Amino acid sequence: MSDSDSKGDVKPVESKVDQEEKRVGVFVCECGVNIGGVVNTRGVAEYIGTLPGVKVTSVNKFTCSDSGQADIQAKIKEHNLNRVVVAACSPKTHEPTFRACIEEMGLNQYFLEFVNIRDHCSWIHMWEKEKATEKAKDLVRMGVERAKLLEPLQASEVPVTDKALVIGAGVAGMQSALDLADMGFQVYLVEKEPSIGGRMARFDKVFPTNDCSICILGPKMVEVARNKNIKIMSYSEVKAVDGYVGNFNVKVEHKPRYLDVAKCTGCAKCSEVCPVEVPYDFNEGFGTRKAIYVPFPQAVPLRAVLDMDNCISCKACSKTCESKAINYDMQPSYTDLNVGVIIGAVGFKTYDPEPRHDFGYGLYDNIITAMEFERLLNAAGPTGGHVVRPSDCKEPIRVGFVNCVGSRDKATNIYCSGVCCMYTIKNAQLLKEKRPETDHTIMYMDIRTTFRGYEESYNRSRNLGVKFLRGRPVEVKENPVTKNIKVRVEDTLAGEIRNLEFDLLVLATGIVPNEGIGQIQQLLKLSKAADGLLMEAHPKLKPVDTTIDGVFLAGCASGPKDIPYAVSQGSACASRATILLKNKKAITEGITAVVDPDVCVGCEVCISMCPFQAIKMDEQAGKANVVKALCKGCGTCVAACPTGALEQSHFKNKQILAQVKNVFKFDESVMNKQEPLGSSNQEIVT
Amino acid sequence: MSPEAAVETSKSGVWEPNILAFCCNWCSYAGADLAGVSRFQYPPTVKVLRVMCSSRVEPAFILKALKDGADGVLVAGCHIGDCHYIDGNKNAEVRINNTKKALGKLGIDKRLRLEWISASEGLRFSEVIRDFTEEIKKLGRNPVKEVKLNE
Repeated sequence: MSDSDSKGDVKPVESKVDQEEKRVGVFVCECGVNIGGVVNTRGVAEYIGTLPGVKVTSVNKFTCSDSGQADIQAKIKEHNLNRVVVAACSPKTHEPTFRACIEEMGLNQYFLEFVNIRDHCSWIHMWEKEKATEKAKDLVRMGVERAKLLEPLQASEVPVTDKALVIGAGVAGMQSALDLADMGFQVYLVEKEPSIGGRMARFDKVFPTNDCSICILGPKMVEVARNKNIKIMSYSEVKAVDGYVGNFNVKVEHKPRYLDVAKCTGCAKCSEVCPVEVPYDFNEGFGTRKAIYVPFPQAVPLRAVLDMDNCISCKACSKTCESKAINYDMQPSYTDLNVGVIIGAVGFKTYDPEPRHDFGYGLYDNIITAMEFERLLNAAGPTGGHVVRPSDCKEPIRVGFVNCVGSRDKATNIYCSGVCCMYTIKNAQLLKEKRPETDHTIMYMDIRTTFRGYEESYNRSRNLGVKFLRGRPVEVKENPVTKNIKVRVEDTLAGEIRNLEFDLLVLATGIVPNEGIGQIQQLLKLSKAADGLLMEAHPKLKPVDTTIDGVFLAGCASGPKDIPYAVSQGSACASRATILLKNKKAITEGITAVVDPDVCVGCEVCISMCPFQAIKMDEQAGKANVVKALCKGCGTCVAACPTGALEQSHFKNKQILAQVKNVFKFDESVMNKQEPLGSSNQEIVT
Repeated sequence: MSPEAAVETSKSGVWEPNILAFCCNWCSYAGADLAGVSRFQYPPTVKVLRVMCSSRVEPAFILKALKDGADGVLVAGCHIGDCHYIDGNKNAEVRINNTKKALGKLGIDKRLRLEWISASEGLRFSEVIRDFTEEIKKLGRNPVKEVKLNE
């Protein structure tokens, strides 16, 4: 897109638009009873019908329905309307619908003005019907006055690079990458850990069918590695994102592994000779790993990584390595990518009960988290699949489980993590099956088994003899001699206080936002919800889209999810992204800043204000120039321009001022034409 | 607000202020939407005007509103660090604070308020409106508007 068209395409049409007679049609929606139950929609329509320029008003039960839209189209034709005002719900959800509706009738889509009389009126003034009706009249009047000043704009088309970036190679990210790759698109899969696989690689078995987690995930990881269209960038992080839908420029940092990945064979002989032992993070800190290590046996890529923070530079590994892969002087390297779409599958971490010592965690040895229990259960785990308690490494008989740790709790996280009931049931089942002599008690608030096969799994654990006790422990203590855990809990079903003793207590910790989620949020310019998780474009209808075109979210980054849900979202993201990748083009908003070169004095204030470097100086003419493809249309420069040479299309000064003037019935036309100023006082002040 | 209290104030006929709220499209407008979806009731004293970014709000808009009938003007944007346009809200902060200083000379600076309200803060949106409404009620009618009315 050339710079010159940024100033050219609006002005010539403008004068013509200014001259034409404004014929406004106003469509008031009742939204069933959502609006109609509070606001007197007919009263609003009647009043609005008296405003100058309004040729027709209409009230519909559901304006967004087929018949509602047909009504708009019929009235455009019948009354030769050139501006349309829809007073209904939020433009954030329905503006595109009505833009398309009027465009079909040959009107420029920006001739639509959308007024929110539901979310901003009827729903929040439910018990003040008269005032809500008055407010709705004011809001619609503001919209009508603005509509008369709307100017045509062209949404521009931008080309889409047919490559995708997937951030995070957990099960959701891998699914996105595989689906896109199978559709023939080049995918860059960036993972901050040395191996792909994510959290699922650490689980022992997965509910409700209790299949071995790595046995079903491992082949998928290998499939990702073998796919010619997927380029795995493990041990790498996204450092910068620039650009817009179809054309994102991404800088990826490859953290130094201190060995040449091309030469390393993953034989792990270096690990054998390394003298340094540190707690093994993959096993939740149980057992140890070496300073140079292969992340886990099924790792993809199966390559070692040197943890320089713990390396003592003895060079034993270098001497042992037959392929001479080790390089202690390695520096971070960078790759610049150009992609059309970005899928964020940045995952989660589990709630850490240590700082608050929830239920005695961190104070007493024999209280562990479910993730730790999971690693103990695993045959490849630190104990070879024997669940032992930390104090004396004996196998426990009496095991207690506490649900909702870091979930459904005002002190930590208010939301339900959705998976803890099921994984606790599964963990109890697995140990009970391994060692039938064990005794299991699950202390819960509610058991939530929402999806297919979950209730069956719950029933199975009851049949196995797992006990369920509805109540939350109020006191957790340790017997200093036996190191057993004593729990005082109210059995709320029986209405009794119980004093129980366990050999091992397991806390079902919830899902919390992953580390670095804030960084990703800022890089991709996404919104974060109050719970710290990323926000989707619409919680129901656009669950994997974001407010940024071309950026999608899969998995736990946008809320707790189980594996099938995360995988579905991974596929959903791939499918949504394909629409852009296959069409090779995207439509971007026509709202940008526009310079009037006749007024611009070339002071360059706007250039310093623009966060996107979208304004360049035309040195020859000494005027500012907006590069349309880079301009995001925020209007910062417009407000800063001291001469008024800059305008924001669709949010021009005169358009905003028309709304401001009409907020409080100070419409000049009303003042001048209908009544003297003095007599209108009462009306204004009431 | 309880249904009974709302009906009571609705009938009482006491003076209620007029507030204009400039809300950025990405955070505060969505926050106002969420207040609606969640049915967090607040007084019908406020009308929301959507702009793409809080930094689009020119001092002239605020002056025009105060001159023409607003008893209070609220400018609401994304929290610092969360701006959809990187740091538009920081520009807004400077601009609104300068405008506040100028209004201070007229003694009406309390009628302008800048708030950060995210898309997930529907409750906060309703609380801000309630709080601002109460504050403006204490201040009474906008004297600039009175002058205009008596011109």
